Amino acid sequence: MATNMISKRNLGMFMYLIFVLLPIYWLLNMSFKTNDEILGQLTLWPTDFTFDNYITIFTDASWYMGYVNSMTYVAMNLVITLLVSLPAAYAFSRYKFVGDKHLFFWLLSNRMAPPAVFLLPFFQLYSSVGLFDTHLAVALAHCLFTIPLAVWILEGFMSGVPREIDETAYIDGYSFGHFFIKIFIPMIRSGIGVTAFFTFMFSWVELLLARTLTSVDAKPISAIMTRTVGAAGIDWGVLAAAGVLTILPGILVIWFVRNHVAKGFALGRV
Amino acid sequence: MNKVPNNKAWWLVLPMFLLVAFSAIIPLMTVVNYSLQDIFDQNTAYFVGVEWYQETLRNTRLHDSLLRQFGFSFSVLLIEIPLGIVVALMMPTRGWQASAVLILLALPLLIPWNVVGTIWQVFARGDIGLFGWTLNNLGIDYNYTSNPLDAWLTVLLMDVWHWTSLVALLCYSGLRAIPDAYYQAAKIDRASPWAVFRYIQLPRLRNVLVIGVLLRFMDSFMIYTEPFVLTGGGPGTSTTFLSQTLTQMAIGQFDIGPAAAFSLVYFLIVLLVSWLFFTTITHMEKSDNGNKHDK
Repeated sequence: MATNMISKRNLGMFMYLIFVLLPIYWLLNMSFKTNDEILGQLTLWPTDFTFDNYITIFTDASWYMGYVNSMTYVAMNLVITLLVSLPAAYAFSRYKFVGDKHLFFWLLSNRMAPPAVFLLPFFQLYSSVGLFDTHLAVALAHCLFTIPLAVWILEGFMSGVPREIDETAYIDGYSFGHFFIKIFIPMIRSGIGVTAFFTFMFSWVELLLARTLTSVDAKPISAIMTRTVGAAGIDWGVLAAAGVLTILPGILVIWFVRNHVAKGFALGRV
Repeated sequence: MNKVPNNKAWWLVLPMFLLVAFSAIIPLMTVVNYSLQDIFDQNTAYFVGVEWYQETLRNTRLHDSLLRQFGFSFSVLLIEIPLGIVVALMMPTRGWQASAVLILLALPLLIPWNVVGTIWQVFARGDIGLFGWTLNNLGIDYNYTSNPLDAWLTVLLMDVWHWTSLVALLCYSGLRAIPDAYYQAAKIDRASPWAVFRYIQLPRLRNVLVIGVLLRFMDSFMIYTEPFVLTGGGPGTSTTFLSQTLTQMAIGQFDIGPAAAFSLVYFLIVLLVSWLFFTTITHMEKSDNGNKHDK
């Protein structure tokens, strides 16, 4: 009976994975087709295999700079988020201070603001401080929802580290900074991996703010993609290739943090 | 863990606070400002007080999209939470399979939202998309660009595809945190799989489920990019959710005042529902702990 149950489980898992992968496969399939084939008939794999769609993207600076821009602001956001969230999460996990509960709820409430109408104020704010169309503007704006999540996740991991470790370190003569960087951070490595993953994820997939705060120099790839819709209809092949390329950085990131994620998920409460 | 009262901890929180406040409070105040004025252009605005708030109470278009929004968010939660738990229970627990499944499941989460819309826009088409084509060939009359119900179901299916993984990953982490001893005890007691789930796994999943439900509620309530790319809100208004209605008002018709007023109402609705949910759960937790002590 046990083996029967395991195979049923595997079958269910397999079916769900097919459901997850099929739409992605369809995009990948389309990116290797010519437009004639895409619109002509339904084919399960490219009969007229071509790299043209990818070549279009890699030879045109206005295309591939979109990826560079997106990665730049995501990386900046990741660094800023981790730098300010680590001490804040430590404070939340170790100390009681005036307004701590309210502050925590206020932080989370920032995730709930509807983006649509807040776009205009964001545009005005970042224009008035001279940051419009810079990577920093997008990175700072994304902090609005990455920092609350990062603090939340890190706080969970840090609460799992016993206080005695802090106290022993202070008795041994470590200063706070020294202890934090040399001892504490290595102990919550997995937590930082998980946090980095989620921070990357939410910043990478966001479009509205990134598009509103940029025009030319820092324009993200997801905004550039909309120009495949031209007068002659949609250039499906290039659109699909661009879409596939937006998935790749995510795969790389999760590949690097996969052990942390598996282990980190097991340790923290996330 | 016992926390030490120490107000100096504010110094650790301060950089984070300033950074978030910069992006949170100034735009919020600007929106409050809009909601109280009638704005013609950058230099001409009249103070109108609560007029826009009164108007939002009468605006049936907003009410319709609010109702559609609630319907959609609850459908999303009703499907994604149970499905996420089931997927998490089916996930392999160790070995390379565990890593592989973890990575594959995370894929939809890492795709930019407009690309998600594009993927489903193509995938669900009757002529060139595998999904729509298969349905049509099975004799099901399916066309998401002309049939409102099909469009709504497609948006829902897309959201399930996109976000169930998040619930599954959260639940997976919760399941991994259950010590083996619990399962051994259940084995000795010859507990049925259902009993194991109901009395060991589900209670232990509560914390991650709270996070999952909150995140899914907030994000599905603000959904904009995916349906905008997939259906453009149509056919008719069948998939025009709240964010899109507000954007049309604010940017399309330049009715910033009413749009701002309603966004604030909208913000308060999300805040209220989240808060109610949060307090109910923490309350349940407290009474549960109380019962344990009684025994």
